[in-house]
Parts: sequence; C-alpha cells; structure tokens
Amino acid sequence: MQLRTLIERILQLIPVLLGISIIVFAMITLTPGDPVEIMLGDQISTPEQEAALRRDMGLDLPVHERFFRFLSNALVGDFGNSFFHRRPVSDLILERLPATIELTLVAMLIAIGTAVPLGVVAAVKKGTLIDRIATVASIFGVSLPGFWFGLLLIMLFAVHWHILPVAGRIGYDFEVPKVTYLLLIDTILAGRLDSFLDALGHLILPAVTLGLPMGAILMRVTRTSMLEVLDQDYIAFAAAKGLGRMRILIRHALTNALIPTVTVAALETGSLLGGNMIVETIFGWPGLGRLVVEAIFSRNYPIIQTAVLLYAVTYVLLNFAADIVYTLLNPRVKL
Amino acid sequence: MTSAPGLPATSAESDRSILADNLREFRENSLAVAAAGVVAVFALLAAFAPWIAPHDPYETDLFRRLLPPAWEQGGDWAFLLGCDALGRDVLSRLIFGSRVSIAVGLAVILIATTIGTLAGLAAGYLRGIPDAIISRLCDILLGFPYLIFAIGLIAMTGPGFQNIILALAYKEWVLPCRVVRGETLAAREMEYIEAARALGASRLHVMLREILPNILSPVIVVATFRMAHIIIVEASLSFLGIGIQPPVASWGSMVSDGREFLLDAWWVSTFPGVAILLLVLAINVASQGLRDAFDPRLQR
Repeated sequence: MQLRTLIERILQLIPVLLGISIIVFAMITLTPGDPVEIMLGDQISTPEQEAALRRDMGLDLPVHERFFRFLSNALVGDFGNSFFHRRPVSDLILERLPATIELTLVAMLIAIGTAVPLGVVAAVKKGTLIDRIATVASIFGVSLPGFWFGLLLIMLFAVHWHILPVAGRIGYDFEVPKVTYLLLIDTILAGRLDSFLDALGHLILPAVTLGLPMGAILMRVTRTSMLEVLDQDYIAFAAAKGLGRMRILIRHALTNALIPTVTVAALETGSLLGGNMIVETIFGWPGLGRLVVEAIFSRNYPIIQTAVLLYAVTYVLLNFAADIVYTLLNPRVKL
Repeated sequence: MTSAPGLPATSAESDRSILADNLREFRENSLAVAAAGVVAVFALLAAFAPWIAPHDPYETDLFRRLLPPAWEQGGDWAFLLGCDALGRDVLSRLIFGSRVSIAVGLAVILIATTIGTLAGLAAGYLRGIPDAIISRLCDILLGFPYLIFAIGLIAMTGPGFQNIILALAYKEWVLPCRVVRGETLAAREMEYIEAARALGASRLHVMLREILPNILSPVIVVATFRMAHIIIVEASLSFLGIGIQPPVASWGSMVSDGREFLLDAWWVSTFPGVAILLLVLAINVASQGLRDAFDPRLQR
C-alpha cells in the first residue's frame, strides 16, 4: 500500500470522528434537565455555589465554546466528573475496561474458532448433511436473542446442573495480583492454576453468549467465500500439480477466503460492543457495558455520553484497521 | 423478463413482470413460503389480540402467582402456558406482546425505508452537494454501534413506544439509503433514463417514476432482513428496562420479568424467548427466500 493512500484514508477519518463528536455533544446539550441540579441532588446549596459549579463545568459559555472545550478535553481524555461517584469519568471507565476487553476478546476467539472450521467444512462438503446442519445452525444463531440465550445458558449450566457459576468475574477466594488486569493472563502470571480455572469458569458462559451469534454470521461468510475461492483456476492448478488436499485447502484456499471473514469480523465488533451491555447485565460482569446500563438508571449522563463516544470511536478505528488489513492481505484491492 | 437484458425499457409493463417472476420464484421455495406463513400467523395474532387472547393480559391475581403450564403438576388448562409472578396469564401476554414487536418493527422499517429511499435517490441521482452531505451523514451514523446509539438517544429522550421507534429509525435509514444510492448510480446511466430525460421529464419524475420502480426489489429484501434485527433490538432494550415500559406486555420485558424465577418458574422467561426466536427466525428465512428470488444472478 502506498503511503499516500494511507494518509488520505487517515484524513478521511477526521470528518467522521468530528461528526461523531458533534452528535455526542448534541446528545449532552439536548438532554433535558439541568446538570447542576442533577449533580447536587438533594443537597442544600446557595445560588452562589450553584453559579460557581455552573462556571466550573463551563455551562455558562456559549454553545460553540462549550463544544470546543468538550472536544479539547476529550482529546486529552478528560470527560468531566461522574454525577454521583464524584470521580473523573475516565477513571471509572478505565477501571471497568479490562473486564470488557477480556470478555470481548474471548468472545471473538470463540466466534472465529467455531466459524472458520465449520465454514470450511460446510464449503468443502457442500450440499451434504453437514453443510445443511451448519446452515441451519447459522440461521438459528443469527435469530437468537442474546439476552434470552444467556438466561437459557444460566438456567442449564448454573441453576440446573451447577457446573458453572452464575455471575461475576472470579470467586472471592481467588484474588490475584493485577498486572495486565486481564484475569486469565494475570492468574497464569501468578502461577495459580486454581484461580485461572475459576476465572475461566466465570468467563465461559458470557463469552459463549456473546460469541456464538457472531460465529453464526462469520460461518456464513467463510462458507461463501471459501466456495468462491475453491472455484478458482489456481486451486484446480494446485490440485493438478499434485499438492496434498489439506495443503491446498489451508495454504491456497483458506488464506484467501479469510479476507472477507476478517472484514466482517471487524464490522461485527460493533454488535459485540452493543451486546456487551446485555451480556454484562445478565452475568453481573463488572465491565463497561454494565457501568453504562447502571448509569442509564441513575441518569448519570457523563458516563453514558463518554461511553457512547468511546464505543463509536473504537468502532470507527476498528473498521479502519480492517480496511488496512484487507488491503495488506489482498494486494488487488486499492483503498 | 420480457425486455432485453440491461434494458428494462418503459417501466410499468416490464417491472410488473419482473416482480411477478420474482414472486413466482419465491413461491417455489416451500421453506420460505412456510416461514412467511409463520410471520403471517404472528401478524394475525397481533392484529386480533383482544379477541384471541384467552384472558386480560394485565389482570393480576396473586392466587395464580407462578402457576405452572397446564401439562406440569399443579397446572390449569385455563392458563395454558402458566402465569407470571403477578399471576398474569403468560399466553395472553405473549399474544399482546406480539403487537409491540411487530408494531415497532414495522414502524421503524417504514419510516427508515421511506427516508432512506428518498435520500438514496437524491444522493445517487443528483450527485454533487446533496450526495456529499447525505453520504457523510451516513458515514458518521454508521460509526455508532446500533444498540449504543439507541441507548444514548433513549437516555436523553426517556423510554416509551414513540421514543424507541424514533431512536431506532434515526440510524436505520442509513442502510436502505446506501443500497438505493448504489442502485440509483447504476440506473442513472441506463438508456431508459436518458430517454426519459430527453423527453423532458423532470428530475422528480425520473427519480420517483422511472428509477424507483426498477430498484424496489433490493429495497424490499433489505427491509425484511432489517425488520428481524429491529425486533431483536427492541426486545433487548425492553429487556434492559429502557424500552417498552411496564405494565405493557412486550416480549423483552417478559423475559426480564422471569429472570428472578429461573429456578422455580422457567416458563415465565422461556416462552417469550421462544416467541422472539420463532418470529425472527421466520422473518430471516422468508427474507432469505426473497433475496434468492430477487437476486438476478440466481435467476435463469
């Protein structure tokens, strides 16, 4: 890829990111209710104190100045204080972020880990019973409401069979020193197998709830693109050369067939991020999604708005990264 | 197709035959037709809920608290699917709940498809500044993950039927818009459009009377696929407690009601979940059938 096209592509991100921040700022500004009143709650305050707070929060400035202030603060990671916790929103979010990242990564692994092998098998065995089962499973996966699927898993694995825990991230007896804040890694670093297994047990149901529907989509994409690739001349040529079937499938076909899968995986992270809120609520997972849902009920607007901004920016950047990876994997595509 | 390939010629006669051809293809797909039948049954349940539901969905009776389904021990055939924690009939609430899912799904899709189609036609046909503005707006809105955008808006406007429809439609129109823009860009270069322009047709006439009828198939396919998605999003919002508010029966909030009783009363949250799955599955299968029938690459 040429440096110039890369720079052009980065420049194209600017209006989108700016537009996103304008929309989020509009959400902040148009939210009914006086932030100062909500923040003070039942506390008794003098008009002078209220005016001072209003000045502190920049609410006395004209709209455009408030927008630039919001933007410049956001660029350095200052999103103001939470209404109730009396702490910077960025601190609260950073605290919750590792749990969400860990859950999302494992969900993604589950999605790709089931989708790619199944998609390949379905394509290679096209029209057979395996292919049909995979297709039916994928349309079920797409149609499954995540919140209900999660409850079903809890009902079976936690309530009925008592195999896995109902909620939380790790049992109380298993505290480990925080290094990466990702518990699966921290428990390994601490050399505690028992803690690792406990953390994994807590993670499995929420990650499956989040990952399987995405796996269903990725499986269909992998199957379709694998079918297209298998139809190409170079595959016939490789077979004519006498190469082994596995080698052709993996080295020649799969590497090319994976390109659309990577792109769709990046696009689908948007629904993973949204799905986090539901899955974290059901499984009592102490991540960002649950923080947002709690914030909605306490009308803690700074947290909601920061999270909306953060999710949107992450999503846009992930799509950008997918574009770049797509181009690197497939030199025929120009950005 | 009666006209030569790539030349749908003067609209009315040929697009009637394209649509008729498409529908015939669709009817040959028995699975898709069966799925469409399931959707129709749900639609009838929703339309005639007050006459079909065996009980008042809001009538509480603590003597019937968590009454199990009829076939379980202690069940009562008058309350086929059992009762919830307030003693309300699950089946009646399920039937009334279909109204919410279908009404929200239909309303959002109608609003979004109308706005998206008009915006896409304008962007694709007029190009220039309208295209730049509409396309940038689409890019920005696509930057927000769906549920998060809806939650941000609902946090602002408060929950409720109308607010949910608006919160979902604000972003949903982008998809039909993109599809229509792409189709319009291709259609505007065709000879029948040039012919219409040469005959002095106005831009509005070309967009609405010449291009629109010829690009309706992909619009319909996208609309049906998206309706399934909207139904899940609405149910998710109601499940979280920021969608349809109690006591109105909606499938998402019914699943949520049953959360506390997973151990003692599995039926409270299981049946509404099955209902969502069935309806969404049926819409997905039917729309896949539509897509297969409408996709020109798969036709003869």
